[in-house]
Amino acid sequence: MTPRPSHARINPTRRTLLGGATAAGAAGLLSGCVTAGGSDESDEATGAVTEANPLGVPEGTDLEVVMFNGGYGEAYTQHAAEVYEGLHPEATVDHQGIQRVGETLQPRFVAGEPPDVVDNTGAGRLDIAQLAASDQLHDLTELLDAPSLDDPAVPVRDTLLPGVVEDGTLDGAVRFLNYSSVVWGIWYSTSLFDANGWTYPDTWDDMLALCEEIKQSGIAPWTWQGKYPEYMVDPLQAMAAKSGGIDLVKAVDNLEPDAWRQDAVLAAAEAVHRLVTDGHIMEGSEALSHTEAQNSWNNGEAAFIPCGSWLEGEQQEVSPEGFDMVMAPVPDLTASDAMPFGALQGTSSESFLVPSQAANTRGGLDYLRCLFSTEVARGFAETAKALPVVLGATEGVEMTSGLASVADAVGSAGEHIFGYKYRLWYAPLAKAVDDATGELLTGRLDPEEWGDRIQAAADEVADDDSVTKYQR
Amino acid sequence: MRHGKNRFLVGALAAPLLLYGVFVVSPYAQAFYLAFTDWNGLSGQAEAVGLANFTALWSDRLFLAALRNNGLMLLAVPLLTIVLALFFAALLTMGRSDRHGGIGGIQGSGAYRIVYFFPQLLSVAILAVLFQFIYTPKNGLLNGLLEAIGLGSLGRAWLAEPAWALPAVMAVMIWAAVGFYVVLFAAAMESIPRDVLEAARLDGAGRLTTFRRITLPFVWDTVQVAYVYLGILALDGFALVQIMTVGPGGPDNSTEVIGLTLYRSAFTYGKFGYASAMGVTLFFLTLSLTMLALRATRRERVEVA
Repeated sequence: MTPRPSHARINPTRRTLLGGATAAGAAGLLSGCVTAGGSDESDEATGAVTEANPLGVPEGTDLEVVMFNGGYGEAYTQHAAEVYEGLHPEATVDHQGIQRVGETLQPRFVAGEPPDVVDNTGAGRLDIAQLAASDQLHDLTELLDAPSLDDPAVPVRDTLLPGVVEDGTLDGAVRFLNYSSVVWGIWYSTSLFDANGWTYPDTWDDMLALCEEIKQSGIAPWTWQGKYPEYMVDPLQAMAAKSGGIDLVKAVDNLEPDAWRQDAVLAAAEAVHRLVTDGHIMEGSEALSHTEAQNSWNNGEAAFIPCGSWLEGEQQEVSPEGFDMVMAPVPDLTASDAMPFGALQGTSSESFLVPSQAANTRGGLDYLRCLFSTEVARGFAETAKALPVVLGATEGVEMTSGLASVADAVGSAGEHIFGYKYRLWYAPLAKAVDDATGELLTGRLDPEEWGDRIQAAADEVADDDSVTKYQR
Repeated sequence: MRHGKNRFLVGALAAPLLLYGVFVVSPYAQAFYLAFTDWNGLSGQAEAVGLANFTALWSDRLFLAALRNNGLMLLAVPLLTIVLALFFAALLTMGRSDRHGGIGGIQGSGAYRIVYFFPQLLSVAILAVLFQFIYTPKNGLLNGLLEAIGLGSLGRAWLAEPAWALPAVMAVMIWAAVGFYVVLFAAAMESIPRDVLEAARLDGAGRLTTFRRITLPFVWDTVQVAYVYLGILALDGFALVQIMTVGPGGPDNSTEVIGLTLYRSAFTYGKFGYASAMGVTLFFLTLSLTMLALRATRRERVEVA
C-alpha cells in the first residue's frame, strides 16, 4: 500500500515534464548515450572501522542527503544531519528537502552520480522496484547488523518495529528502510459522537444501523476523498483481509487466479456498496479532492471518513478546537472473521535508501544509523505528529487525540498488522483497482462487475512476461 | 569579402545551433531510439525490443481510451473555438453600421478586446484549479448558478460523471483559448479594406452574407493557422486533466489523454521505452494532423489589387 501522508501534489505542467525529459536526454547525450551511466558498483571509499565508527566511514568526506519535504517536514532529517556531524566533525552534510524526488534525481541515477542518501517518497517518487531491478540500491543488511547509536550492544535491526525490514526487502536483500509507521482506519470526532450518544460499531451490520441513525440527525454518515478512489480501497481491502485472513492477502498479492473473486473480497465490496445503495454517502463526495472531503468532515458535514494515520497532522490547521478526532480499525465484516477486531492494515512509509553508486555509501549508511536513533525518532513524533518505526520512541511524548488513538490501535493490534504488496509491486493493477472502486462507489459498477473487472486486470499483469513478478 | 561573410555566418550561428542540437534535436532523437527499447528510466541497460512497444500500444486500454478522448477533443475544441472567436471578432470589428453605411465595432469593443484576452494571461495550472472550484458539486459556482436561475435539478458532480467530465474539460480549453483567437481574428478583419465591406452593404448584402462572402474569405489564412494550433492544443490537454479530473484521467478513464498515459507509463510505471513509443506516435499524429489540416482547408487566396 502506498501511503499518502503528504498529498503535496505539485502538479506538473507539460512544460516541466518536457523539461525533465529534455534534461534526461541531455544528460544522456553528454555522457555518450542514455545508457552510458553504467551500473557497476563504484569502488567504495572506506575509513578505519573502530568502535566509534563501526561502518568505516572515511573521515573528512562530505555527505549529500536528498529528502522528500512533505507532510512530515524536514526537521527530523536535519536533526539526523546534526547528529551525523557530531559523529564526524570533519564532514559537512549537504541536506536538501525537495519535492518530486523522482524527476529531480532520475537523471543523476542514470548518470551514475546519485546523492548518498535519498528519501524516496511522495508523489513523483522513483519506482523502487525498478531501482532495485537496476542494481541502483545498496544492501542495507550491514547497517541492520551494526550497533545502534543508543546502545552498542543492540544492533539497529532490533530497534525497529516488526515488519519494517520485511517492507524494505526486495528479492532477498534489504533495499530501503521506511521511517514512518502508517496504519489505516476510519476516523470520527469523539466530541460529535459523545454529543449524539453514538458509539463506534464493532461489525459492519452495526455500522449500517448506526448510519441510519446518523442520517436522522441530518448529518451525512460518510464522506470520502472521491477524486482519489484509493482512499476507499483501504477500508474495503482491510475488511476483506480481516474476514478472509492473511491467505486472502497473499492470494491477491501473488496474482492467483480468481483472487479478486474470493468470497470475502466480494463480501467486502458488497459491504462498501451498501453505503451507496442505502444513501449513506454525502452527496457529491465522488468529485471531492482529499482536502475538500476532509474539510467537510472537519466541518461536521459527515460523521466518518476513511484515511491513514497521517490525517490529524494533515488537518491540524483546519480542524476546529474540540473536534478530538480519533482513528478506529474497520469493523468486522462477519461474525467469524479470521482476524480479531483490532487487526489493522498498516505499513511503513518514507523510504530511505543508499544508492549503490553514491560517492560516500559508508557515510550514507551511518547517516541512517543516526536517523534511526531514539533521539531523532522522538523529535519526529513531536514535530511530524506521526509514529516513527523506532521502538519506544513515543514513550514520554505528549500525544494529541489522533496520534494517541493511532498508537493505541497499533498497540492492541499487536501482531495482527497486515499489508498488501500488490500496489508496490504492480502499479498498473493498483490503478485498475482504484478505477473500479471509484465506479463501485458511484454505483456505476456492482460488486460482481467490480470483481470481474479487477480480476481481468490482475490476469493481464500475471500474463505479461515483461513484468517482474514477486511472491510472498 | 565572401570568405569573411561566411566566417561571420558560421560564427553567429554556431552557438545557437549547438544549443538547439543539444536541447531540442538530441532529446527528440533519443526518444525515437528509446521507443525501440525496454529502458526503465533508471538502469544503465536498455535492450532493443524492436517494434514491441508500438504493437503493445494497440492493445493498451488506457492508450486507446486516450486516443479516443483526444480524438473527441480534436473534433470539438478547434471547431467551437473558431466559431465563437469568429463571431466575437466580427462583433468587435464590424458589429455596428451607422446610417451612412460606415462600419465599425460595437460600443466598448476596445474594452471587450482586453477582457477577452484575460484568460490568456493565466497559467494552465491556475485555470485548472479555478475551474475545479467552479465545477465542485457542493458549493461550486456552476451548480450555484443553475440553482439561482431555477435549474438546480441540472446540477451535478460535473467532473465525477463519465458523460460530463470530458465536456467539462473541453469547456475550459475553449474558454481559455477563445480570447486569443478573438484578438487574432479581429486584427485580420481590420485589415479588410473598408470600401469592399461598405460596397457590399450598399449593394444590399445582409450581415450574414457579408460575413460569409467577404469577411471569411479574407481571414481564411488566419483561420487555417488557428485550426492547426488548436488541433495541437486538443492533442495535448495534459496539464488540465492532470490537475482537474478525478483519478486523474477519470472517472473510469473518461478524461484520459495521451500525454497523461505517457506521463504515467514513464514516471509511475517506469516504462520509459514504452512511453517514448507513445511520444513518437503522438509526434506523428500531430505532424499528420497539421499536414492534413493545411491541405484540406486550402482555398484560393483573395487578392486585393
